[in-house]
Formats: sequence, structure tokens, C-alpha cells
Amino acid sequence: MKPAAGQIRKTAYAAIILLWMVAPLFIGKYWTDVLNNVAIYAVLGLSLNIILGYGGMFHMGHAAFYAVGAYTTAIVNTAWGVPVLWLMPAAGLAAGLFALVVARPIIHLRGDYLLIVTIGMVEIVRIALINNVFGITGGANGIFGISSPSVFGFQVNSIVAPAHYFYLVTAFLAITIVLFYLLENSRFGRALKFLCSDEVAAQGSGINTAGYKLAAFVIGAVWAGMTGTLYASKMGFISPESFSFWESVVMFMIVILGGSGNIAGVLLGAALIIGLPEIFQGLQQYRLLIFGLALMIMMIFRPQGILPPKPRSYPIDKLEKNEVSF
Amino acid sequence: MEQFFTQLTNGLAVGGIYALIALGYTMVYGVLKLINFAHGDLFTIGAYLGLTLLTSLALTDHIGGIAGILLLAVMAMGLVGIIGILLDRAAYKPLRTSPRLSAVVSALGASIVLSNTVMLVYGPSTRVYPQGLLPSQVFYIFGLPVPVMRFIILGASILLMIGLYVFIQRTKIGTAIRAAAIDQDAARLMGINVDRVIMLVFFIGPALGGAAGVMVGLYYGQITFTMGWTYGLKAFTAAILGGIGNIPGAMVGGLLLGVIEALGAAYISMAWKDAIAFFVLILILIVRPTGLLGERVAEKI
Amino acid sequence: MSLLQVENIIKRFGGLLAVDSVSFSVPRGAVFGLIGPNGAGKTTVFNLITGNYGPNGGSVIFQDRDITGQPTHRIVAAGIARTFQTIRLFANMAVIENVLAGCHCRMRSGPVAAMLRLPSQHKEERQALSKAMAELEFVGLFDQAENLARNLSYGNQRLLEIARALASDPRLIILDEPAGGMNELETAALVSLIARIQARGITVLLIEHDMSLVMKACEQLVVLEYGKKIAEGTPAEIKKNPLVIEAYLGSDDEDF
Repeated sequence: MKPAAGQIRKTAYAAIILLWMVAPLFIGKYWTDVLNNVAIYAVLGLSLNIILGYGGMFHMGHAAFYAVGAYTTAIVNTAWGVPVLWLMPAAGLAAGLFALVVARPIIHLRGDYLLIVTIGMVEIVRIALINNVFGITGGANGIFGISSPSVFGFQVNSIVAPAHYFYLVTAFLAITIVLFYLLENSRFGRALKFLCSDEVAAQGSGINTAGYKLAAFVIGAVWAGMTGTLYASKMGFISPESFSFWESVVMFMIVILGGSGNIAGVLLGAALIIGLPEIFQGLQQYRLLIFGLALMIMMIFRPQGILPPKPRSYPIDKLEKNEVSF
Repeated sequence: MEQFFTQLTNGLAVGGIYALIALGYTMVYGVLKLINFAHGDLFTIGAYLGLTLLTSLALTDHIGGIAGILLLAVMAMGLVGIIGILLDRAAYKPLRTSPRLSAVVSALGASIVLSNTVMLVYGPSTRVYPQGLLPSQVFYIFGLPVPVMRFIILGASILLMIGLYVFIQRTKIGTAIRAAAIDQDAARLMGINVDRVIMLVFFIGPALGGAAGVMVGLYYGQITFTMGWTYGLKAFTAAILGGIGNIPGAMVGGLLLGVIEALGAAYISMAWKDAIAFFVLILILIVRPTGLLGERVAEKI
Repeated sequence: MSLLQVENIIKRFGGLLAVDSVSFSVPRGAVFGLIGPNGAGKTTVFNLITGNYGPNGGSVIFQDRDITGQPTHRIVAAGIARTFQTIRLFANMAVIENVLAGCHCRMRSGPVAAMLRLPSQHKEERQALSKAMAELEFVGLFDQAENLARNLSYGNQRLLEIARALASDPRLIILDEPAGGMNELETAALVSLIARIQARGITVLLIEHDMSLVMKACEQLVVLEYGKKIAEGTPAEIKKNPLVIEAYLGSDDEDF
């Protein structure tokens, strides 16, 4: 890439970050809350991106992992009063374990079959929640009275002061972006991209494809589970409706339309799919129709999404000649 | 015993409907190796078009109950078939040479577009079919009650399936469809117009789905714009259960799933009724992804 | 001493017996050829050795260890690398990234190390990169490192597959029609590349249709026909074997 283009991109990113950070100072509560939703879906999109974007596995049940995290948080918090943010690791762990158990038998399934099985999975989870499974999910009404997060004793109430919550969720988003960027550009991220590109060749190159697929599911689920904590504590109540199949479709669209396999693309996707309908409120009822059309049109003209990933460059010019050795 | 029998006949009637929808999945899959995720919504469109024709043309008043319903079903089938062809043109045809999963995403988009179009045209609330079009009598076999309506629904779906089977097995066009399903390129070299075969498949499958839509309207009396989603998934499960791409498989799978679901709802748990199909789906894909009647094909490396 | 022993291996596809009780053993350090008419089951034998298919009978012994039916990635880690008859590169990735795929099984860092950016992970990445560049230089693709794999010529794509296989530090490399689609010049270069691979102490097992290459490169051959071994020996012996001549004259695809 030409240095000029790189400079422009860096400046643009800096400007966007700056704008994002100061936005709650200038916009009202309502719009701050919209940004909060964008941030939550951005993290969800990024976590799905590990599975769908890098790994190329058509997973449409991500809401199930999100639900496991949110319900873990809600149940433990309302029953024993454990502070919600402390429950983030527990929520992530629960979702990760759940993914480990359910994904193991299905990851070898071919693309479209995997898609339909994950749809089945998320529907079963929703039905289980409605049926008040184990008597702890509160049935169709869900769970009320989840506490707000508290950071060093400071209560972050998203309803009274969405701006406070904004900085909490932004911090989580920022950490996620950095960690996932490092992950993308590592042996792990590469292995996922290899198996996505050609599974047989990846195996033939010595990659344990089944293991990596499972690991991708678990990492994606852990993150979705932790995001579930943020969501539960933001809303104060959760119900099975929040984790329907459509929720999975929204996450799926964020990744596919934004740019699967590209962090910037997923962020853009979250902004467009969660943010745009708020701007065009008059078109609210056409929202899904437009998204559906967008999916169809994108597949014809730009199947990799609005911002497709760029081939990664490696610092080979930084290698000393004498370093090149077997 | 009586409950068992009631659930069995109910399961068979619903299973016949599943089988009709499943045929659409299986035929498209057979020829294009594509899961037409929008197929369930074509079924919904069939149900709504049936309702519109029923109320606006008042056919049953003019030419009598049974004849009116038959004519109405044929019209709905034709219209849904045409929509099926248009769907293929818009969503799948441009992607024939793309990676398979692009077509899957496009299918998902098409499904969203179709169901939301139905919602915008007919409104989001449940619509009601006129009552009393099908006889509601109950007759008794060995003292066990059988509603006539169930017989009619099951009979109609079996008739349609037999018709399709004969068409596929005995006619020249049917042979062309089977040939294209085995090897498109070879079929093309043999002078078969594969594009026409695909068009035909996208007419017949949705037409059968449309018929199923009308039948659901008549059987349950009410329809919603999201029902294609549930029925679609269940019919897809039926197609997988029988072995996707396999026409008798779709029939067997549909009837079997209908019975499993009805008995499961009665004897295991009503609240988990909708989950039963998904458990069956996941189980069959894990244990025997080729389905009951499917054959195993080794992947070439 | 033999590095790889294939013993009475059997593979059925439905009713077809694709590989019928084939046995051979590849001596350490050799260049060993597997030849035969189209459809004789050569690639299937490769797929059985590399674990892409599970055999219906028989065993594969590598370095005195039974590796029959093990998953492919374990077999690669054990020291058997392969190329594919139909080129299977990661087409939309850089050439260097393709070679890094081969380095994968000799690296250790997992996702947590990557997210924490541990120094060991950083060092390992750097070493892998230098290893990959070295392999590219070895096959003569050093200058192509940053190109996309799909933009390489056919012959160079085959070389890239070899570089990727070599990057996994194999004891045995399996080449499935390495000269397929190459011109004469490239084929000649390939013969010398095979010799240089052998000189690195890596045993070579190959399938090839180009008989001049087979005769030049291989020290020992096994001939398959209809899934059965019909002959074994040095190229000179094989050339004179009446069964082999008949097998090849009987089919119209190869001039021997």
C-alpha cells in the first residue's frame, strides 16, 4: 500500500475513535443508548466473526451463547447478589462450556447443514428458556431485578445515565478489538483462515481442523457470553424473546454485510445494521425487507461484504538475509 | 388407545403437509445442491394467496365447495410456482457459479424479503380462513374417532405425491429432471436443457409448497406471516430425515416426522413440541447425515 | 532400512475394490515412485498413507510406528508431508502465508499466547517467517513471497505446494503428480529439485505420469493396476517387465 493511503486511513480511524469517544457529550440519552446497542452488537459481531469470518463456519445460533451468558449472570446475580461485572468471567465460561458440548458433534458438518443445525440449536435453547428449564430461567417472563454494573463502587446505571454505561461498554469493545486483532494475526487466526479456505489442504498441512473449529466456537461463545453479562446488566431484566433466532440473524448480517473476516468491516456492519434503522425511523417496518434485499444484492456484487479483509502483509523485508534459514 | 389413534391420524395429516413442503426442498437440492431457505415462505405465500382467492372470488359459492376448493388450490399452486421461478431468477441464478454458501446467504435474504413482503401486504396479525369449507364430521373405525378432514388432507397430499412420483419416473421431462440431478454437465451434453429443468423444478417445488399452504389454512383455519419459518424448518428436517435429494425420502420423512411430533407432543411434553423436530434434525445429521433412504458418497480428494 | 511400510492395505468404495491388498516398503533416503495407468488407485494409496481415507484393512508403518487410520494432522506431525494432484493452495492468500501453513505443526503458541502477545509467541512467529522464506528460496519462489497464490503460474503453484510441504520438516514427502501441467524446462528443474530434497535427507515418494521424469528421478518403482501391485523394482527392471508393458499398452493414456 502507498504510504499516503495508509496515512489517510490512520487519520480516518483516529477521527472516528475521537468522534465516538466524545459523542455522548453532544447527543441525548436516546442516541447514547443507540450507540450502546451498536457497541454491544459490535462485540457480538466480532465474536461471531471468529467463527463465521475467519473459520468460515456458517453458524446462525450465536444468540444461544449470548443467552447462556446473560442468563448465567441474571440467575447468579438475582439469587446470590454477586456483583454483575464479577460474573462476566463466569458467564463467558458457562457459554464456552456450552459451546464445547453442543459444537463438538456438529462442527464437522458441511456449510449449509451446519447452518441449519445451529438454527435448531438456538431454537431449542429458546424453547428451553420459555419452558423454564431446571426451574431457574423464569419461563416466558424471564428474570427481573438484575443489578447495574458497578465499577470501583461507582454505579453505572444505563437507564438513568446511558453515557456512563457507554464508556463501560466502549472499554470492553476496545479490549475486544485489540485482543481479536492480535488473535487474527497469529498462528491461531491463520489456522482458521486456512481451514476456511480449503479444509483438506489445511489438514494436509498439519492443522488439526476439527480442534481449531471447536476452539473458534468456544472463543466466540466465551465472548458472546461475556457480552450477555453486559446486556443483562444494561437492561435489568431478560427474557427468552431477547435471544430469538432473529437475534442470531442480525449478528450474522452484521458480519456478512460488513465484511466477514475483517474487524473494521464488522464494526461498520454493526453501525449500519443497528444504527441506520434508528436514523430512518419512518422506514422501520421496511427494515428487515431492506436487510434481506441487501443480503441478496451483496452476494451478487460484493460477496465478501462492504469492507472485505485485505491480504495480510508480513514483515519479510525486516528479516535479515542471514536470518533466513531452515 | 384412543389418544394414540387420534395423535396418529393428526400426525399423518400434518406429516402429509410436511412431506409436500419437503418435496420442494429435496427437488431443488437434487438438481442444484442448494438448500432453498426461502421455500418455507413460498408455502406461506400459498396460504395467503389461497385466502385472497377464496374471499375475493368466492369460488366455493359459485361452483360448489369441493370443486371451488380444487380450482382455488390449482390457482394458488400456479401462482406460487411462478413466484418460485421468479425467486430463482432473482436470488439464485446470478450465483450459479459462485461458492455454494453465497447462494445460501442469498436464500436467507430472499426468505426475509418474502416473509416481510407478506407482512406488509397482509398485515402482521393472524388471518383466519373461512370455516366449514371442509366437512367437519367424525366417523368411527373400530370405535375410534377419525375426523374426515384429516383423511382429506392426508389423501390430497398423497395424491399429489403419487402424481409427482409418476411424473418424475414415467415422463420424458421427469427423466430429464432425474438426469440433471445426477450430473448436470452430462445431462447438458445429452441435449437436455438444464436451465429449463431448473425452471421446472422451481415451479413444481413451490407449487406443491403452495398447495400445502392452502391445506394448512383449511386444516387449522388460521395463518400468520411467520409460519413459513417453522413449517419450512420442519419440512427441511423431513427432507433430511428421508435423505435430501431423494423424492420418496421426502415423502417418508414428512409422514414420519409428523407422527413423531404428534406422539412426542402427546406423550413427552406439549411444551416441547416445536423442539422435537429440531432434536430429530440434529440427531439425524450427526448420526446419519444421508438420511434414511440416502446413499453415502465418498468425497473426492 | 525402511522408513515407510505399507502392508496389505485395502480400500473399498461401495462395491469397488480401489486398493486391493497392496504392500511395499520405502527405504530411508530413497526416491520411490508409484506408477500405473489412470484409475489404478495410486492417489488412493497416498490418501490412505496420509490419513485422508481410513483403510478397510492392512496397515501403514512409519518409522516403526503404526500410523494406520490416524488423523491427517497427526501424520503430518509424525513427519509425512504431501502435495495434491489437483493443486490445493490457499488461493486468496499470499505465497508466504501458504508456506506458513506448513510451519504450523512445528509451532506451539495458542490463542491465549497470541492475545497476550507473549514474547515467546513473537519469537516463534519470526522464526516461522524465516523458515518459510527459506523454503521459498529452496524451491525458487523467494521473489514471489507477497504475491497471491492464485496469481502464480501452474508450475510455480506446484512448487509452492512443495515448499508448503517442506515447511513442516517432514521425514517423508509425498508428491502427487508434481510435474502435472509443467513444461519441459520446469520438469527438468523439478528433477533437480527432487534431488536436492533427497540431499536434505528427506525421503521422496511420488506418483508421476511423465515417464522420463520417473526414470530419471526414481531409484525404485512400484506399479499398480486395478488396485493391485503388479510389479516392483528399479526403473530398468520395470521397463522390461512384460506385465507392466501390457498394462500400459492396454490403456491408451500413456506412451511408455
